[in-house]
Amino acid sequence: MRVAVPVFPGSNCDHDALHACGTVMGWDTIPVWHQETHLPPNTDLVFVPGGFSYGDYLRCGAIAALAPIMADIKRHADNGGLVLGVCNGFQILCEAHLLPGALLRNESLRFIHRDVHLRVERADLPFTRAMAAGAVFQVPIAHAEGNFTLDPAELIDLEARGGVAFRYCSAAGGIGEDHVPNGAMNGIAGIVSAGGNVLGMMPHPERAVDPVLGPTGGLGVFRSLAEALGVA
Amino acid sequence: MKVRVSVQLKPGILDPQGKAVEQGLHGFGFEVEHVRIGRLIEMDVPGTDPAEVQARALAMCEKLLVNPVMEKASIEVL
Repeated sequence: MRVAVPVFPGSNCDHDALHACGTVMGWDTIPVWHQETHLPPNTDLVFVPGGFSYGDYLRCGAIAALAPIMADIKRHADNGGLVLGVCNGFQILCEAHLLPGALLRNESLRFIHRDVHLRVERADLPFTRAMAAGAVFQVPIAHAEGNFTLDPAELIDLEARGGVAFRYCSAAGGIGEDHVPNGAMNGIAGIVSAGGNVLGMMPHPERAVDPVLGPTGGLGVFRSLAEALGVA
Repeated sequence: MKVRVSVQLKPGILDPQGKAVEQGLHGFGFEVEHVRIGRLIEMDVPGTDPAEVQARALAMCEKLLVNPVMEKASIEVL
């Protein structure tokens, strides 16, 4: 199991990703500088990490989406390879057109960092298969631009094709505006590509995997990936 | 030629920044509504044919300067 973590100037969750995949899960995990033109051979998963790539200049993720390594990440995705984008990584995948939509400024205008509950909307994905549909897990968010937005007609299509992987919810799994921290449409916290192999999410599962550091609500995502790639 | 690209959030897209500024203006007693905040990009583009420069600026908008999910642009060739 080999994981590539692309590192952009301004990435600051790359080491969280390396720790979760490398130290906690024990996978062969390789940081890849954004100027590289090729992923390491036999990469199974590309983990696009959070942070403030290129200082969030122009729009969050807009400049990183043009980095040389992105062409090979697109090729990997087009061939059915797994790509997980978290926080700024999600924004980058949207700007690179690997996922639909955009992440706007939080409704409150504030940077929000706190734990949230997520409900699993799709339990048949490589990223969720070790979890049950409707299961609730707790992970942190830390972002100022997580307000997921999509053209209303496209939003209907996204929902209809089961493109929503995770939704913000209450501890008991209840859905509603009160549980959406950032104003995201339909309480969307994470979406998946039509092929089911590219997932973007604002919350940070990689920050909730090591019992030394606190709760481990994010482990479900990593156990799912281990299962999907046959290393469980 | 000097080109000015003005990027605005599309109508209907919530602009919390504009809303905050509007509230700030109300605090000073100004009567305003529908405050929207955008971005202004100026650049020098080689060429002498305004139509051709305009077309090139449009291509730049499509490639990078504008995210059509949330933004729209107007281009001025000066």
